Amino acid sequence: MARARTPVVDGWFREDGGGFRLVGTRCADCASVFFPREDAFCRNPACAGTGLIEVPLSRRGTVWSWTDCRYRPPAPYVSDPAVEWEPYTLVAVELAAERMVVLGQAAPGVTPADLAVGREVEVVPGVLGEDSERVWTTWHWRPVTPEEAA
Amino acid sequence: MTGDVAVLGAGMHPWGKWGRSFVEYGTAAARAALADAGVDWADVDSVVGADTVRGGYPGYVSGATFAQALGWQGARVTSVYAACAAGAQAIDTARARILSGMADVVLVVGADAAPKGFFAPAGGDRPDDPDWLRFRVLGATNPAYFGLYARRRMALHGDTVEDFAQVKVKNAAAGALNPNARYRRAVTAEEVAASAVVADPLRLLDICATSDGGAALVLSGIDFARRHGVADPVRIRAVSTVTPRYPRTVLDLPDIATDSAAAVEPPAVGFRASIARAAYEEAGLGPEDLSLAEVYDLSTALELEWYEDLGLCAPGEGAKLLREGATALGGRVPVNPSGGLASFGEAVPAQAIAQVCELTWQLRGTAGGRQVAGARAGITANQGLFGHGSSVIAVR
Repeated sequence: MARARTPVVDGWFREDGGGFRLVGTRCADCASVFFPREDAFCRNPACAGTGLIEVPLSRRGTVWSWTDCRYRPPAPYVSDPAVEWEPYTLVAVELAAERMVVLGQAAPGVTPADLAVGREVEVVPGVLGEDSERVWTTWHWRPVTPEEAA
Repeated sequence: MTGDVAVLGAGMHPWGKWGRSFVEYGTAAARAALADAGVDWADVDSVVGADTVRGGYPGYVSGATFAQALGWQGARVTSVYAACAAGAQAIDTARARILSGMADVVLVVGADAAPKGFFAPAGGDRPDDPDWLRFRVLGATNPAYFGLYARRRMALHGDTVEDFAQVKVKNAAAGALNPNARYRRAVTAEEVAASAVVADPLRLLDICATSDGGAALVLSGIDFARRHGVADPVRIRAVSTVTPRYPRTVLDLPDIATDSAAAVEPPAVGFRASIARAAYEEAGLGPEDLSLAEVYDLSTALELEWYEDLGLCAPGEGAKLLREGATALGGRVPVNPSGGLASFGEAVPAQAIAQVCELTWQLRGTAGGRQVAGARAGITANQGLFGHGSSVIAVR
């Protein structure tokens, strides 16, 4: 039986006609953007806004910094202790329009050597892990190739 | 300026992995601080505990836990939690009680018993908890954030992994002189470079361990100290417990993203610098007045950020200050003469209190082989998860 593809968190990303996007919210009063989404109250201290509208975040951004995870993180990170640990890369990405930095895992195969501060990256759908019932989906950051950037 | 409070006594249980309860460490530290102060436990009229989230219910009510362990004597009690800043909040609470006239003598205690390896969030499925989410969604441990900051420094300021290693070498040299430190051995740059990478570019010896330990202070008003026969006590002149200002634009634990600056310009002074600035303003002192600083070197690279945030040097010049030897014992402004977290490892609620213990001994001139000559003023700096500033200035 096929395992259900399930977002690791509801409402943080989506695949639609415009492609794969992270999803945040924007205050209808002051235009502040929030990711992870705020749905009840605007967090700008100068704003009393309560109307928060879902908005897709920029698809591309630039690397703010990066690191990797050489050791198995503790639960609730899901990994099979029977399988040898495979390090993965984490990337913090600056989104120009939103003027914010969003962290994410890099796409499989992306190593620290592939990254530099300021390098352009793009958000892509990814798989966080699998268990007996589900394939947990997430977002990944992937470096944009020179051809794509052109 | 607010009024000063006196540090009558300071005490610690040595840091390590002792395999016993946090209650024992805290109680030992409290007894040591009371003995150092020459104050009877029966005469303490308020106890403030810095909580731990790793000790079950007794950890959430640590003030009462320590009061019971010392023997119930009716003192007022408060327990506070602010992650790594819990100790500063406990000190601030004690200070408020003293300065408001609600208490004469207050005992402040923090202790922890830490697990081996990475800190992990509380159990259960809690998708509305950012601390749970960063582990579930990203596997982002604390060292992963330290790695991000370190890489950023290398790209922006030209810091090198050799610079980072030299922070460890410096702090290990100081820690070797501290009987309360967990690691009391000199470390070479080669040993740092030979240790395993945990979170690129940081290696095991760049990252602080998690430790057991306990620290305590006995605080009082200045008049009480004089009546108690201490004419010239170490004085706490400022305690900064500020929070960030929106929008917060530096990624911080446990967040997955920063605030957005799309609608509101970021503040001119970032959060870490604002912690120190509030302390300086309260104390009426500046970085040029400092004899020493105790900062939260969760990683070697982070210590360099604190140099800049404390105003010991200009932004981006932390590594230069280190290379000049200014922050080593014998330098212009020694940083972490205790050995820092590099030599202690982190015992979360005890750590900010331990920083003030070190200031106390340095300002008294009783710090032994790691004594900063002629120490007159010192600052501590620290930052707790979820936006907790922590900085204390003490003078003599």
